[in-house]
Amino acid sequence: MVADKTQEKIILDVENLKQYFNEGQRDEVRAVDGISFQIFEGETFGLVGESGCGKSTTGRSIIRLYHPTAGKIEFDGEDVSKIKRRADMEHFRRDVQMIYQDPYASLNPRMKVRDIIAEGIDIHHLATDVDDRNQQVNDLLELVGLDRSHGTRYPHEFSGGQRQRIGIARALAMQPKFIICDEPISALDVSIQAQVVNLLMELQQKKKLTYLFIAHDLSMVKYISDRIGVMYYGKLVEVGKSEEIYNFGVHPYTESLLSAIPLPDPEHERTRRRIVYKPAVNDGAERELREISEGHFVYCSEEEVPVFQKKLADKKAQTEKVEV
Amino acid sequence: MEKVLEVKDLKISFDTFAGKVHAIRGVEFDLYRGETLAIVGESGSGKSVTTRSIMRLLAKNANVDSGTIMFKNEDLNKKDDKAMQKIRGRDIAMIFQDPMTSLNPTMTIGKQVAEPLRKHEKISKKEAMNTALELLRLVGIPDAEKRLNNYPHQFSGGQRQRIVIAIALICRPEILIADEPTTALDVTIQAQIIELMKDIQEKIRTSIIFITHDLGVVANVADRVAVMYGGRIVEIGTSEEIFYNPQHPYTWGLLSSMPTLETQDSLYAIPGSPPDLLDPPTGDAFYPRNEFAMQIDTEETPPFFEISPTHKAATWLLAPQAPKVTPPQEIVNRHQHFQKIMKERELVQKKLREV
Ligand SMILES: Nc1ncnc2c1ncn2[C@@H]1O[C@H](COP(=O)(O)OP(=O)(O)OP(=O)(O)O)[C@@H](O)[C@H]1O
Ligand SMILES: Nc1ncnc2c1ncn2[C@@H]1O[C@H](COP(=O)(O)OP(=O)(O)OP(=O)(O)O)[C@@H](O)[C@H]1O
Ligand SMILES: [Mg+2]
Ligand SMILES: [Mg+2]
Repeated sequence: MVADKTQEKIILDVENLKQYFNEGQRDEVRAVDGISFQIFEGETFGLVGESGCGKSTTGRSIIRLYHPTAGKIEFDGEDVSKIKRRADMEHFRRDVQMIYQDPYASLNPRMKVRDIIAEGIDIHHLATDVDDRNQQVNDLLELVGLDRSHGTRYPHEFSGGQRQRIGIARALAMQPKFIICDEPISALDVSIQAQVVNLLMELQQKKKLTYLFIAHDLSMVKYISDRIGVMYYGKLVEVGKSEEIYNFGVHPYTESLLSAIPLPDPEHERTRRRIVYKPAVNDGAERELREISEGHFVYCSEEEVPVFQKKLADKKAQTEKVEV
Repeated sequence: MEKVLEVKDLKISFDTFAGKVHAIRGVEFDLYRGETLAIVGESGSGKSVTTRSIMRLLAKNANVDSGTIMFKNEDLNKKDDKAMQKIRGRDIAMIFQDPMTSLNPTMTIGKQVAEPLRKHEKISKKEAMNTALELLRLVGIPDAEKRLNNYPHQFSGGQRQRIVIAIALICRPEILIADEPTTALDVTIQAQIIELMKDIQEKIRTSIIFITHDLGVVANVADRVAVMYGGRIVEIGTSEEIFYNPQHPYTWGLLSSMPTLETQDSLYAIPGSPPDLLDPPTGDAFYPRNEFAMQIDTEETPPFFEISPTHKAATWLLAPQAPKVTPPQEIVNRHQHFQKIMKERELVQKKLREV
């Protein structure tokens, strides 16, 4: 939990990151269009937003799968794009792991589960001998709620949820510092979601792990994250403490997103009304993330700051009234 | 109510190096015209295998050991591949859990969406393409006409899934099987897709089997809910019956695992691990993880006990001889919440009658 930011160490610093595809062509996609955010060591930063808004691209840029169109990414104080030495690169590849959105595409179908999990252990020589390697793999299998005997099977013999846990075990095998979890639980059933989330949080406490947690299940994101960033079309539109965003999100897109969350209650669902987001017409005003209250940022123009401040105050006053 | 599909005594196993995996162990359910039946349950409990078997799209190492799947007075289990190909995509369409494997990476998405139409209906290329474009717009692909000639890898996970949905809907199928169709989507698009599916369902009276882990989505879409555990349906009922008056201890655990707004400590997770389907336990497959388990649970498979004409659950707790147990707090809360709702409804009805 981020108690006092001045004492927190920034582990990831993303500055004005842009990632365009097919630049300059007819089908140019500005997948990520100038976003800045920081993640503190040991915290979980949730990234939510519409499908296609650039969440995965952000994650992939961080682990250097792409060469950014513009901007800077600093991990542990070092500019990621400037890592040149092989040893440094290897270090980076160990420290920063990604758990992928698609458990089908990300597991090699011709490898046994044991070997998939041990791949990183082998590459980075993290085991002292064969017994140690086996022990580590068995521990990891158990850690993610699979059975040792599963190790000798192939990915296609597993259900979607089981495959996702194999992916998590593989990432954990590298003993990383920072894990980008790209929708790691959306393919899991709720009880295993609960197990995995409990597991991720436990590991975080034990090993001081930092997570970038990409997901669209807002109730889970709110539960697991210290802070949340809401993305819309390549831009961050709101950033703040997770409670604050969940209860008092003020950007119209955030409001729309919150109104779309289905709750496990048929009666609630029958009466829930969804707010449809209509992006404001471009009035030429210069918009960027601006702080409207401590630690709470909204993408807006200078003039809009007091408007959002008032909206926030009104929302807070309203819930206080209800509680009385 | 008209039955469109009737599944009886379905048993499916897989041959693996480790032995026979008994994935489906006697599944039975009906599907009525125009309804949405949600299937929920633990990962690995057999939801996908059950529905894939309806489409006869099982892996090569699968054996259908028993069972009938009646559709239009015919047993789909008895049809040959050629006959199944005609049914697939036209009468029964499926949206798969993993969008990437159901799209052809080397074919433009415009062609892929139009393909089922070209295959099942006499229609010109141009017409098919126009319908495809219409559908791509309907499922919310921005600038659809510009992107008709793009390939699947050029789209985000959620966009790919919307393309898959467009393919499934283009022939207006009688039964739509949606295997976690919205898992890859954010809530806004999810809501749009669900609204879209409901809309199309109303227009063409499609019956939908909707598999999802998201109990919020279930509460939103389902008329009825089937809960699966260890290769069987352990409870089935109307949405209200399952959410407000669940009876099977597994359903209790499932409903207790969701974070509520108040959850602060670690989440409730059902203890233990899923049953080993290589050697399924005798009795109730859930007993090793069930804090309410009794001796008989380890010995005999519980039959279905009826709670109402629409609601039944396979747990020995419902046997007349069983001791009364108090369900977990979350479940008790749900029950009370429902009784409050019912009272309010009665009041409204009474007022309406007075007016
Ligand atoms: N290789 C690529 N070439 C062209 N466009 C791409 C490529 N990869 C992604 N895009 C586009 O970039 C945008 C952002 O994609 P991204 O995968 O980051 O979205 P996302 O937020 O992760 O969405 P989802 O929730 O659906 O996974 C989308 O419009 C997508 O179509
Ligand atoms: N080709 C196969 N070979 C061996 N076992 C298989 C095969 N396909 C599925 N299984 C097994 O059958 C069981 C049921 O799998 P299924 O995919 O139906 O689960 P599911 O309920 O859809 O789970 P999820 O929610 O994770 O998608 C699992 O135990 C799985 O490991
Ligand atoms: Mg993504
Ligand atoms: Mg499945």
